[in-house]
Amino acid sequence: MSQSDWRSNRPPAGGVQEIGRVAPRADAAAKVTGAERYAADYYPENYVWAGVKRAGVPHARIMGVDTASARALPGVVAVLTHKDIGGKNRLGIFEKDQPILADGVVRHCGDAVALAVAETKEALTAALAAIRVDCEPLAAVFAPEEALAAGAPIVHEGRGGGNLLLESEICFGKAREALAGCRHAVELTVELGWQEHAFLETQTGVAWQEADGSLTIVASTQTPFRDRLELAEALGLTLDRIRVTAPYLGGGFGGKDGVTVQGFLALAALHSGGRPVKIWYSREESILAGTKRHPATVTYRLGCDADGVFQALDCRLVFDTGAYASLGTEVFALALEHAGGPYRIANVAVHGKIVYTNNPVAGAFRGFGVPQAAAGIEQAVDELARVAGFDPLAMRRKNAVGCGDTTPTGVVIGRPAGLAECLAQVERHPLWRERQTWREGAPPFKRRGVGVAAVYHGMGFGPAVADYANAKLELTAEGRITVCAGVADMGQGNATTCLQIVSHALGQPYGDMELVLPDTARTLPSASSSASRTTFTYGNALIGAAGVLRERILARGALLLSFQLLAPVNAAEVDLLPGRIYHAPSGRSVPLKVIAGFMDAAERTATYSYTCPVNRQAIPTGGNLRLHGYPHRIFSYAVKLARVEVDTLTGEARVCDFLSCVEAGRVLNPQLYEQQLHGGAAQGLGYALFEDFAVSGGEIATGDLATYILPTALDVPDMETVSVAVSEDEGPFGMKGVGEVVIDGVLPAVANAVAEAAGVRVTKGTLTAEKILAALRAGGREATR
Amino acid sequence: MIVRFTLNGRDVAIETTADRRVVDLLREDLGLTGAKECCGAGECGACTILVDGESRLSCLLLAAQLEGRDVLTAEGVAAGDRLHVVQQAFVDCGAVQCGFCSPGMVLATLDLLRRNPSPTREEARSALSGNLCRCGNYQKIVDAAVEAARRLNGGAG
Ligand code: FES
Ligand code: FES
Repeated sequence: MSQSDWRSNRPPAGGVQEIGRVAPRADAAAKVTGAERYAADYYPENYVWAGVKRAGVPHARIMGVDTASARALPGVVAVLTHKDIGGKNRLGIFEKDQPILADGVVRHCGDAVALAVAETKEALTAALAAIRVDCEPLAAVFAPEEALAAGAPIVHEGRGGGNLLLESEICFGKAREALAGCRHAVELTVELGWQEHAFLETQTGVAWQEADGSLTIVASTQTPFRDRLELAEALGLTLDRIRVTAPYLGGGFGGKDGVTVQGFLALAALHSGGRPVKIWYSREESILAGTKRHPATVTYRLGCDADGVFQALDCRLVFDTGAYASLGTEVFALALEHAGGPYRIANVAVHGKIVYTNNPVAGAFRGFGVPQAAAGIEQAVDELARVAGFDPLAMRRKNAVGCGDTTPTGVVIGRPAGLAECLAQVERHPLWRERQTWREGAPPFKRRGVGVAAVYHGMGFGPAVADYANAKLELTAEGRITVCAGVADMGQGNATTCLQIVSHALGQPYGDMELVLPDTARTLPSASSSASRTTFTYGNALIGAAGVLRERILARGALLLSFQLLAPVNAAEVDLLPGRIYHAPSGRSVPLKVIAGFMDAAERTATYSYTCPVNRQAIPTGGNLRLHGYPHRIFSYAVKLARVEVDTLTGEARVCDFLSCVEAGRVLNPQLYEQQLHGGAAQGLGYALFEDFAVSGGEIATGDLATYILPTALDVPDMETVSVAVSEDEGPFGMKGVGEVVIDGVLPAVANAVAEAAGVRVTKGTLTAEKILAALRAGGREATR
Repeated sequence: MIVRFTLNGRDVAIETTADRRVVDLLREDLGLTGAKECCGAGECGACTILVDGESRLSCLLLAAQLEGRDVLTAEGVAAGDRLHVVQQAFVDCGAVQCGFCSPGMVLATLDLLRRNPSPTREEARSALSGNLCRCGNYQKIVDAAVEAARRLNGGAG
């Protein structure tokens, strides 16, 4: 493999791509022809396979790992345990609690105990089967209440706080008293299950040692720079000894936010006799070992006055993080911050706990805690509207936050907010306006319901963790622009947006630019592809870098022209045009290639560092959440509408129509934007209706794609999308993040529609046909025409 | 054994074992990584290839089953630098997000259009329902299938 040029991707030819127009994705052509090389597609010369021995039991003490017989098998290159790790053998962000290879205790069935390296996949399978793990079972806990009970088995022995990872409270006013005085009040408990990311490209990568012994890792990762930091510490290496590159990902959705296979790759590459190593999880291993959306139980009490104005909210959210913290505390903090929904409520008590168990590990997943919170508040709002006799959309309009308002969790909205406009748009939309006619048109043995949900989603990392990006642009010696994208593109298209931004800022055609994907050796440290902040932060950095480069090109160009014209030339008189500069007074042009030759390499490289402004509001409550991201400064808003038809004989629910109305600032590329709206809704529909992830006794019962059902083309309807483009002036060209607000609230919109159709609400997990049928029965509507 | 077949228009003779999975043969032995393996069990469609024009799951096929067949993978669909109409429709309609399902989707669409040159949206949905797209981009994929049919039937591109 040539190491010099294999990271470059050239977008398709085309003119200058202006902001706000549909620009073809730079990666589309290479992806549809099979030419794009994902991490899974790397098969380096002379590579060997690495694979992991998993615990298979939820909680146990490891008495010994016998690797001798595995080592003796033909084709086996190495068998490694935690004893082969030079560093701290701990991964994690705030809570560094997860070993690369278990050292003493197994905490969930998917825990990695040993690592084997072999010539072929067959030899690897044999080696893994031959590793004998001697375990002494320990009592285990599989539910937060059990885990918090006195005398419960402790998942992380010796950890202060026991199984309680974090507990917090956000309180304003007097919630309980105010609730008692409310004209109308409801109480509702919603249980939410796990959700599997199920990205099509399972966790994978390759790694090798360079001639100087340093490591190069090509991985399917959202976080190449943070991976390097984590790996250096866990393995006892210095940063300069590790290079991580992130090709396009075959999906991420949060499940590759942090180290997955990278630790194994690094370790294997250090013990493979200099040969490159490859690892690629099977679907079963991906489900067993990967993180998932947190299961949660949320209990809501919401009350309003006679006019339908919300007066009080008292809610309690309990999250199960499984065996390790992963990004659990951050997910939890975001859930609590958004617990009250995008409304004005003066008396609020939000209480929450996130708890260790011996269940599969939960972590970041698109939406990051907000889907669980929205499932609670948005169903409570509907119940309240029903009980109090208000139209559910009108009630949301009456209480919606706008700029200058304070959210239930005390955040003063200081930036433009388009929720009211979203609600107004939905109210005017035929899917809402004509709902009664539609309901009445239900065919025999079907009942129809229409549900809505309103959501908001804070962007970025919050006040404590720097949300930064360092952009780099180069004018090559040939006079072309190279865009170094420091943030991974997991499929959302931010690499294309980077090109579009630079194309717009420098007036250079899209097709003439070169793109460098994230590479710790070639791009500059930038935070992760996550938190709806990717384009916002990196885009701002790129605009800065483009400004620097433009100024240099024009200054050097003016100097060149002044030599040619034998007269002083002011840079302000020079324009940057595609491929050249142009001096109107003299009518002269100079190609960029000539100007590039007039600059040295350092001058031809422009960098710019951007850090997101944060919310500096001092909030007197929820103090221990601050470190984990509370409060946010900028929010995106959305309203979802679902029209659902329920079969009264089978309980099956079909989503007939779906509307997403989103306010995420200005739209840079309508096609990419719509992809996000469609994709988020489809994943949300999966969460609501199909993806019934089952775990019992710590063991996953839905361990493959035959049992874990993802929505197909037949399950996701054609959707309507409406964009409310309110400019967020801190964002590049007025944009805000859209990647997560699109999934928030899909479940409650569907659940509200099903509740209307069935007459009884399904509040436990995925809304499967079985549960809906039970609800129909309970409401006396089973088999009704 | 030696398996002989046509691969993307070229004759291939390759020494392999009869029970080698075709997805491995393509990806590991022949360097064609367009066919993606996402489940290895016939559930996702990402490993779709065309065998004698019909879509097949390469994770469920064995090398010996290719003997004498005509095999098309995503790499063989375009004519040199020029994208096939179906591929161009995928690009134009925004049918690609992460793209890991795209090679399989393109091949499944080719198979669909061969059987049904003017599919309705519903027909396209059902024909493509064996191919998962976790990015949830189905609507635009269906747009692309229908648009490709329109262009192939003489509509302007
Ligand atoms: S990999 Fe062949 S169907 Fe999934
Ligand atoms: S585009 Fe990502 S799976 Fe289809």
